[in-house]
Amino acid sequence: MKERLIVIGNGMAGMRTVEEILKLDAEAYDITVFGSEPYGNYNRIMLSPVLAGDKTIDEIMINDEQWYVDNDITLHKGKTIVDIDRKARKVIVDDGSEHDYDRLLMATGSNPFMIPLPGHDLEGVIAFRDIHDVDTMIDASKNYKHAVVIGGGLLGLEAANGLMQQGMKVTVLHLVDTLMERQMDSVAGKMLRKSLEERGMEILMPASTKEIAGKDRVEKVILEDGREIDTDLVVMAVGIRPNIELASKVGIHCERGVVVNDTMQTFDPRIYAVGECVQHRGETYGLVAPLFEMAKVCANHLVRHGIGLYEGSVTSTKLKVTGIDLFSAGDFIGDENTEELVFQDASRGVYRKLVIGDNKVKGAVMYGDTIDGSWYFDLMRDETDITDFREKILFGQAHLGDSGHGDENRIAMMADTAEICGCNGITKGDIVQSINVNKLLTLEEVRAHTKASSSCGSCTGLVESLLAHTVGGDYSVAPHLKPLCGCTEHTHDEIRKAIKENNLRSIRATMDFLEWDSEDGCSKCRPALNYYVMCQYPDAESDDSQSRFINERAHANIQKDATYSVIPRMWGGGTTPEELRAIADAADKFKVKTVHVTGGQRIAMYGLTKEELPEIWGDLNGAGLVSGHAYGKALRTVKTCVGKEWCRFGTQDSTQIGIDLEKMTWGSWTPHKFKMAASGCPRNCAEATIKDFGVVCVDSGYELHIGGNGGIKVRATDLLCTVKTDEEVLEYAAAFMQIYREQAHYLERTAPWIERVGLTYVKEQIVDNEEQRKAFAERFLFSQKFAQDDPWEARAKGAEKHEFEPIKQLNA
Amino acid sequence: MSEDWIEVGALSDIPKMGARVVSRDTGDIAVFRTADDEIFALRDSCPHKGGPLSQGIVHGKKVACPLHDWKINLDSGVAVAPDEGCSASYPVKLEGETIFLSLTPNEGCPNKD
Repeated sequence: MKERLIVIGNGMAGMRTVEEILKLDAEAYDITVFGSEPYGNYNRIMLSPVLAGDKTIDEIMINDEQWYVDNDITLHKGKTIVDIDRKARKVIVDDGSEHDYDRLLMATGSNPFMIPLPGHDLEGVIAFRDIHDVDTMIDASKNYKHAVVIGGGLLGLEAANGLMQQGMKVTVLHLVDTLMERQMDSVAGKMLRKSLEERGMEILMPASTKEIAGKDRVEKVILEDGREIDTDLVVMAVGIRPNIELASKVGIHCERGVVVNDTMQTFDPRIYAVGECVQHRGETYGLVAPLFEMAKVCANHLVRHGIGLYEGSVTSTKLKVTGIDLFSAGDFIGDENTEELVFQDASRGVYRKLVIGDNKVKGAVMYGDTIDGSWYFDLMRDETDITDFREKILFGQAHLGDSGHGDENRIAMMADTAEICGCNGITKGDIVQSINVNKLLTLEEVRAHTKASSSCGSCTGLVESLLAHTVGGDYSVAPHLKPLCGCTEHTHDEIRKAIKENNLRSIRATMDFLEWDSEDGCSKCRPALNYYVMCQYPDAESDDSQSRFINERAHANIQKDATYSVIPRMWGGGTTPEELRAIADAADKFKVKTVHVTGGQRIAMYGLTKEELPEIWGDLNGAGLVSGHAYGKALRTVKTCVGKEWCRFGTQDSTQIGIDLEKMTWGSWTPHKFKMAASGCPRNCAEATIKDFGVVCVDSGYELHIGGNGGIKVRATDLLCTVKTDEEVLEYAAAFMQIYREQAHYLERTAPWIERVGLTYVKEQIVDNEEQRKAFAERFLFSQKFAQDDPWEARAKGAEKHEFEPIKQLNA
Repeated sequence: MSEDWIEVGALSDIPKMGARVVSRDTGDIAVFRTADDEIFALRDSCPHKGGPLSQGIVHGKKVACPLHDWKINLDSGVAVAPDEGCSASYPVKLEGETIFLSLTPNEGCPNKD
């Protein structure tokens, strides 16, 4: 018989955990859910838009009743568990029934805190917590005129805004003199107050309530200073308290919340707890994002995978009031060890403050334009050193050389027909609809359902903003460090470290050592592991062709009609009449449909079948042409201009430098494609300043530039240093390629890698430290001994035959 | 159905976690071999945009299409949710080390030719 899991609480945290359990092992438990509310599971953070009339209850349902049926889950709604017999392992329900459990999950959430003022039990005095409260408020708005909201925090202001949308006149009473003081500094608080008052909200602060008065129903609120406010409805929104009533009654250790360890286990090992009811490392959480992280960890332990620890969450908040954008995260007040960067434009209503400590973002508060909130939040969680772009940081990510999207990053103002994901042709409207219809809450879910941002990834920020905008600010953010893929909890860096320190010389050994969740990985982790092992042990002959993407397995680029392209190498962009004749002959012989000159100064032939590849390679080899690796995460081209040999402006022999660089680096596998260029003078005709490694010749020597690319997001290079001799150019190139090969994540180009680790770091490693530079260069040259082997030649001579021929030919 | 079994080759002709193609005028069939030597056959055309599944990365009992990374279940030919669609699957069997394929697709998938 399957083990029985009983879940107390039918809210977001409990059901998210159940969903995670089903994903990991649908057969693990017989699941029974008890919920006091008479509904399925709904998105509680969206109650404010429901109150404001922007959404309906149906739209915020996450799991309707059919979902429970489909997943074999027994749902007891409208029933409350009143006791737990921990010895006999059973729960007692308010209808008297008893249910046995093997594991118990407590997700009892939190209760609104009601100040015990005189009159707090009058009719018309309510909290703002569930669908019932929303119904009460909407009903009241139909029959009454005035409402008072006690509490000028996030929830109180959302309630007040909603009631105004429903046509009531609303007064907000706040104890201190800054609205949302837990999320905002006083400047942003004042801006918020101004725009709420412009909308007609009355705000009294500081205002301490003394009494709520009325006969049966509330009639007025009396303040400590004697002021009286007539009202027909009072909403108390002064805070929430973890609901620990049941847990403490049955003797489970509680402080402010139910105390759990890093695996979400309570002091009773059979009982787990997640969500707002828990206290973890002394913290309680009232936001959604932490629930997702907790649910993931808890589910993992409940199905006995035993991987993953919850280590607390960094949270950010956004106010869900249409037309008011504010965002805050982290420590936005600061102390004597921090500094502030402030941007304020009163007439546009824009305010941004970043708190910086030790050159890292510690906190942020933004008002008016919050599009960069998720970027600041990422910088904060990743503890990125901002020294290199500190002067521009306040202007936002769009000002860091992004000419791809730039000012389009104004998600709210975009039309529904605006294309967000250019790769897959997904519009804003498509994404919003999918989020609403499929109840999507995470970036991964949006990717799976819409494909938006799942190809090149350049619109990830836009999609995240759109998700935040559509489902509310505190949608699930990615955990602090992202695992490589769904097959493991480990990050790229952890995996590389394990491979290095434990002498893991194959994909299999790595998966076994790190206890991979899946049998043999997936299309995301296998190529990455293959690269990591090969990079660490170039002499191990560990390359697993079945773990390579087809292009690298077949040494040609697959095209949309399943034919392939062939691009031979042209050293430094140079060619000869013989090579051109060989290409022309091959194009004739194989009836090549398209011959095209590439952006990397080479000639591409398109439309070849896989069976034809070894033969055309053999023909090209005959003229000395070899693979250009145009299909690989590898050294691609070295583009050059003709330099001082011909050009009247040329200062150095840029062509020869290019050829030397290409001869040294060809065949090298890299985390992502790697392009170089060498220009003969600062006019830079070879466009060296948008390459991964660029050389610009000047009269006195060579400028070395790194981390540029064209493509998705144009990024000009950073200047690494200036050197005097050809030998130095080669040494720096080798060292730079090697540090990138050893330290970047698989599929991370040099540009985002440099933005992640910082130019300063790269300079420290390979410019300031000569010994280190030489060591990197040496390791690069060592690995080249094994890599510089033309893959076309071997295959033209019959190697890997199975890759290119059908196993059987019918009706031929 | 037993009459139309055709011999396609030896198990060792297909790399582990790999595939080979049985080419045919009416559309290629991909024959897959998993890490633990299970054999499957699907029409060599992804339900999404017709990508050649035989060229994808095989992992577990799935293959990732090389064009846009849709995951297709090898046993049923059905795309992994939330993607929708399927590629016709064909009966295959292993007798000793020899692989046999039937050209009559299994029921249930419209993507046959």
